[in-house]
Amino acid sequence: MRAVLGRDLRLAVRAGGGFGLGLAFFLIVVVLVPFGVGPETEILSRIAPGILWVAALLAALLSLDRIFALDHEDGSLPLLATAPLPLEGLALAKALAHWLTTGLPLVVAAPILGVLLHLSGPGMLWLLVSLAIGTPALSLIGTFGAALTVGLRRGGLLLSLIVLPLYVPVLIFGAEAARRGADGLSVATPLLLLGGIGLGCAALLPFAAAAALRVTLR
Amino acid sequence: MLEGVSFRVAPGRGLVLRGPNGIGKTTLLRAIAGLQPPLSGRVEGAGERAGYASHADGIKPALTVAETLGFWADLYRAELPEAVYDWFDLADLRDRPAGTLSAGQGRRLGLARLAVIGREVLLLDEPTVSLDAASVRRFAAFIRDRHLAQGGIAVLATHIDLGLELPEIDLTPHRAAPEARGGSDEAFL
Repeated sequence: MRAVLGRDLRLAVRAGGGFGLGLAFFLIVVVLVPFGVGPETEILSRIAPGILWVAALLAALLSLDRIFALDHEDGSLPLLATAPLPLEGLALAKALAHWLTTGLPLVVAAPILGVLLHLSGPGMLWLLVSLAIGTPALSLIGTFGAALTVGLRRGGLLLSLIVLPLYVPVLIFGAEAARRGADGLSVATPLLLLGGIGLGCAALLPFAAAAALRVTLR
Repeated sequence: MLEGVSFRVAPGRGLVLRGPNGIGKTTLLRAIAGLQPPLSGRVEGAGERAGYASHADGIKPALTVAETLGFWADLYRAELPEAVYDWFDLADLRDRPAGTLSAGQGRRLGLARLAVIGREVLLLDEPTVSLDAASVRRFAAFIRDRHLAQGGIAVLATHIDLGLELPEIDLTPHRAAPEARGGSDEAFL
């Protein structure tokens, strides 16, 4: 697993790896919102947690189709599948690499971009916490979707259609935690549910992704 | 694709699969490698001991030759023998990004992976495509002097004569009748 993780991280930061693509998209979406909504600070600070969560979700979606598609195109996938690492471990390593290159930068950048939307101080803290708990689930669900669509032409579009509905629970509880945090309410319930979703995804989805990969490899 | 194919290969021996394009040599090798289950019949002794090399080399353009081999050694928890670079004439290319290699050099890198992963049963699908004559001789020498000499097994699908004097099996008489082939399970997408 360490070998695959190291390789994917190295590939991501080299030329053409797409590192920073999701982050740049996140930045642009958040910068565009005040232009569309208007400059009233009260409205902006009210919608900030939701906007930041939706933008982070779309940014994570952007790089999902690269998780397995590149390995499929150059023929690495059957070679990885015959390696000692089980496919479940491969899926987990790929999800972790996706989170480190896409999710983690979003978590770090979100509070800074919160300034643009007049997010309050406690709001920034709880946005950071909710994204840190929620984005690993986004990467895991996305890896499963990428495994399902890897062999298909135009798989990227289908991938979005499959993955976006599955992102709904993460979005609901993640944005709710950030919103409650910004309003000074208790955040325990949505954060616990968010953590539960994340742990459930980590426990189940590598197996589902491996099963999908086995079908693709036939 | 194929039916009634049966063979047994002893340690230190090899086997060459012959047959026209499309007969199912690749399918047979993938079935032995465990990538797709056979419709009927069984494969014994390969599984965890098999190393598979397909038409594609699985090379990442952004990684250098040394990084590529290092990754495979790491994944298989094997040592990367320094001599691999000599066996496959890659010594001058060590620090070149794999994306800048020619087709033949890329193939040599793909084959060098087999020397790194330390698997006993090598399943080779058209290993000599885009290799020049000297590289074919180097590859044949690796199979004979390194792999088979140490008790390994090699099953090769190839159209050329490698000069290895391995037993051959012609798959042409084993072509399955059309109704015996499994139904298509292609998705509508």
